[in-house]
Amino acid sequence: MSIAELKFDVAPLPSVMWKQTRAQLLSSLRIPAFSLTTILLPIMFFAFFGLPYVHQTIGNTNITVGPYVMASFGAYAVSSAMVFNFGIGVAMARGQKMDLLQRATPLPSGVAMAATVVNAMVFALISLIALFAFASIAGGVSLPVGTWLTLTLRLLVGAVPLIGLGMAIGYAAGPNSAPAVTNLIYLPMSFASGLFIPVAQLPAIIQKVAPYLPTYHYGQIAWNAVGAPTESMESAVIWLGAWTVLFFALALRFIRLDQSRKFS
Amino acid sequence: MTTPAVELIDVRKSFGHLEALRGVSLRIEQGEVVAILGPNGAGKTTCINLMLGQRRPTAGTARLFGLSPEDRRARSRCGVMLQESGLLGQLRVRELVDLFGSYYPHPLTPEKALAMAGLEDQSRMQASKLSGGQRQRLYFALAVCGDPEAVFLDEPTVGMDVEARRAFLDVIRQFGESGKTIVLTTHYLEEADELADRIVVFDQGRVIADASPSEIKSQVAGKKISFVTDAPVPEAYLAGLGVTRVESDAGRVRMLSSTPEDVLWRLHQCGVEIRDLEVTGVNLEDAFVSLTSRQTAIGS
Repeated sequence: MSIAELKFDVAPLPSVMWKQTRAQLLSSLRIPAFSLTTILLPIMFFAFFGLPYVHQTIGNTNITVGPYVMASFGAYAVSSAMVFNFGIGVAMARGQKMDLLQRATPLPSGVAMAATVVNAMVFALISLIALFAFASIAGGVSLPVGTWLTLTLRLLVGAVPLIGLGMAIGYAAGPNSAPAVTNLIYLPMSFASGLFIPVAQLPAIIQKVAPYLPTYHYGQIAWNAVGAPTESMESAVIWLGAWTVLFFALALRFIRLDQSRKFS
Repeated sequence: MTTPAVELIDVRKSFGHLEALRGVSLRIEQGEVVAILGPNGAGKTTCINLMLGQRRPTAGTARLFGLSPEDRRARSRCGVMLQESGLLGQLRVRELVDLFGSYYPHPLTPEKALAMAGLEDQSRMQASKLSGGQRQRLYFALAVCGDPEAVFLDEPTVGMDVEARRAFLDVIRQFGESGKTIVLTTHYLEEADELADRIVVFDQGRVIADASPSEIKSQVAGKKISFVTDAPVPEAYLAGLGVTRVESDAGRVRMLSSTPEDVLWRLHQCGVEIRDLEVTGVNLEDAFVSLTSRQTAIGS
């Protein structure tokens, strides 16, 4: 008895990756409750918190409100795309038992995960472009080309720890509780990190907590790009790296638990 | 000897204290159409999950085309329809079939797979809007769209109405006639009888019969005896008469026997008064029930 007589063949990974990513994107785009809130909320917040004061300066600094608030809500847009895509998306997929059939197919689990990352990145990029367009057209915010690109790149790359946070929530929470859990963790955290109102204008107690939060340091790399940081890039990157390790360790633990329940 | 599609060697599987499979050895050759039959909780789904690497055996070995069932190369030869599973519901039927096909090295065109499942008219519908029967057809299309050599169908007709079920069985039969390996679980006997050339009967985590449908039936060739009596019938009265299944409720006793005349003669000799006697031939349902149930004492 030998297996040499059988010819084994598998589908090429790039084409599997392409189709899987396209399918997941199409599927997310067709849930307007998800795609529209991801894209419109940051614009709305910018309109409320930034637009009336774009050309003023913040407190007694010489930082202009427009670029600062735009960077803040850019950070809000990308981090919420990550946290919600993974937190709620993964929990819902688990709730609907999509993972069961997917695992029985020849689709490698790494490809499905990578497609989810690309999906979240594309959504983040779309919401950033929409926000930047609104800020520059409606608010007259203008930055050098290099600054737009730096800001975009930093926001996308710096969001990695938030993917970890989303995954940890998505594998720990049930499909019904995931939206509430995600909001309860993410909204107060981004508020306390100064993404809505600058940290200096927050209550004293929150100002003490802020420098420990991942979204605070994430905000710093964005504010740094528009010339308004209150922390060095090095320090922000180290903090983000530490949060990445912590969140992914947590996510891995919950993934293992989930897998051992279903597939062992 | 060619590589079998599936090979289970003394496989055991426990979930905590529950023993779902208690030592199962099973070899399924390429091209066989096998029905795994048994009551709920017999271990059918666990068995198919082990074949597919969805779960790992507690002891023993499972192989798929000679490889580990979790090997992507083995999975690339298999299409699967699970009992419980979900899809990206916002995608259209054709989009899903195209997506699943892309997981395999030599997929069918989506049109071909949809035609096989009889879903041509629904190809532009969103998956979440399909009816129960159409949904099962979609799962079947997803199982065959990669043009696999073997398909595994776990309770494929569950939740279908009679008409949808009949049509769907035709679809599966046609697929089997093309020389593919089919492994399906079911608790519908006519399904197993109609589709399979081999029936493996499971009960309480063990294989209790493994033969062609006609052999399974002949194993319990005999008659069904049914009568009403006032007093319980002690089991000892029927010893040595080939009585395989005895049950009684509200005074009516039913049993299967290959020698009904002897049974009636013995009952008469022992002074058991019986009324309302019926002796009929067994159907596959009775054969199945007789294989899976243990003997119980009369009147107990």
